[in-house]
Amino acid sequence: MKVLEIKNLAKSFEGMEVLNDISLSVEDGEIISVIGPSGSGKTTLLRCACGLETPDSGEINFDGTFGMVFQQFNLFPHWSVLKNIMDAPIHVQKRDSKEVEKQARELLNKMGLSDRADAYPYQLSGGQQQRVAIARALCLNPKILFFDEPTSALDPELTQEVLKVIKSLKDLNIAMVIVTHEMAFARDVSDRIIFMAGGIIVDEGTPDKVMNSDNERTKAFLGKLAGENI
Amino acid sequence: MAFGDILMQLAAGFTVTLKIFFITVVLSLPLGLLVALGRMSKNRILSGIVSIYISIMRGTPLMLQLICVYFGPYYLFRVSLGTSYRMLAIYIAFAVNYAAYFGEIFRSGIQSMPKGQYEAAHILGYSRSQTFMRIILPQVIKRILPSVSNEVITLVKDTSFAFTLSVMEMFTMAKALAASQTSMMPLFVAGVFYYIFNFIVAKAFDIFEAKLNYYRF
Repeated sequence: MKVLEIKNLAKSFEGMEVLNDISLSVEDGEIISVIGPSGSGKTTLLRCACGLETPDSGEINFDGTFGMVFQQFNLFPHWSVLKNIMDAPIHVQKRDSKEVEKQARELLNKMGLSDRADAYPYQLSGGQQQRVAIARALCLNPKILFFDEPTSALDPELTQEVLKVIKSLKDLNIAMVIVTHEMAFARDVSDRIIFMAGGIIVDEGTPDKVMNSDNERTKAFLGKLAGENI
Repeated sequence: MAFGDILMQLAAGFTVTLKIFFITVVLSLPLGLLVALGRMSKNRILSGIVSIYISIMRGTPLMLQLICVYFGPYYLFRVSLGTSYRMLAIYIAFAVNYAAYFGEIFRSGIQSMPKGQYEAAHILGYSRSQTFMRIILPQVIKRILPSVSNEVITLVKDTSFAFTLSVMEMFTMAKALAASQTSMMPLFVAGVFYYIFNFIVAKAFDIFEAKLNYYRF
């Protein structure tokens, strides 16, 4: 079953075409990594999908709720970790606070942060903040979770700690669309990799297929990275 | 006149000062928030009108504004509101003047909020009013507290402008006493009153700031 279907999405900023006729569907529980050079439209695709940007044309259909994890975490600094996670389920979804707290504490446990429930965001490392942001998104029980370069603001050590947590979400059976520059991670975790360049999907398929693609553009991009990331 | 009598008279004037102060604060802070929202409105006409209002309030003397509010109804519409209108005129003029300053302070605070806070709130499903009341405003208050405290301290001293309309607040009283007693002492005592009150106001803001120190941005 599809949890997200995007059809013929187009978006330009001040005459610059950023997305050009993108179509993409995401199956229940599917994990997709979106890779590609900066300015290829990856982030804009996510931002259009979740309504932070209005596309010029095209169709976006969701089944169920969605969540988003930002590059800059965007936790609410005036609330404790627990409140950051619990507030939206209680005040947006109008759920019972006892039940929400139970779920929030379980999620914190899963994130390895059960002892930080009463801390404030400024007291946490970037990696810890990002894990709280993931818990916050999960507590709304989304069918699909978007990650917009979730580790780009983190040093290599913290990056690994966050990637490990994202990998551990596989068994939750939530669909995930992850914009990332971490190629090794994308290869390990994804069911499907999408390679974007110049506002179009250039290449897509299983990690094996994309990593060993014959496509010249894909090869050029991965070749440039080979020396560094992989 | 004995020192005790002077003190009693000044204290009576001081209650009027306090009344002007508290009523102005209570009216102008919420009004200031509305001014900020109007100023930032996407509606060009609304934001234009609010900009002109702010510009006039900040660009003309408060004393003149007091006179306009008090005598305006008569000169414009030939309506006589009587002397009972005097205190009301004071409250209106002060509230409307201070709302302009507070409005600009609120606006700077709201505009300094990172876009990511709005985006995260949007994705989490908060409505616009929930986002503002639960997430944006509490953080804005922490950001603008030092500027607000400055403005409020200025207000304590500005209450003395009420003498323009011959309202018997403390400064008017002190001037009258100084004239009748041919002594500077009443004015000096009034200064001490202002100073002590402002000292308390500043302390109250310090306590409030310390209370909001439980988090950082």
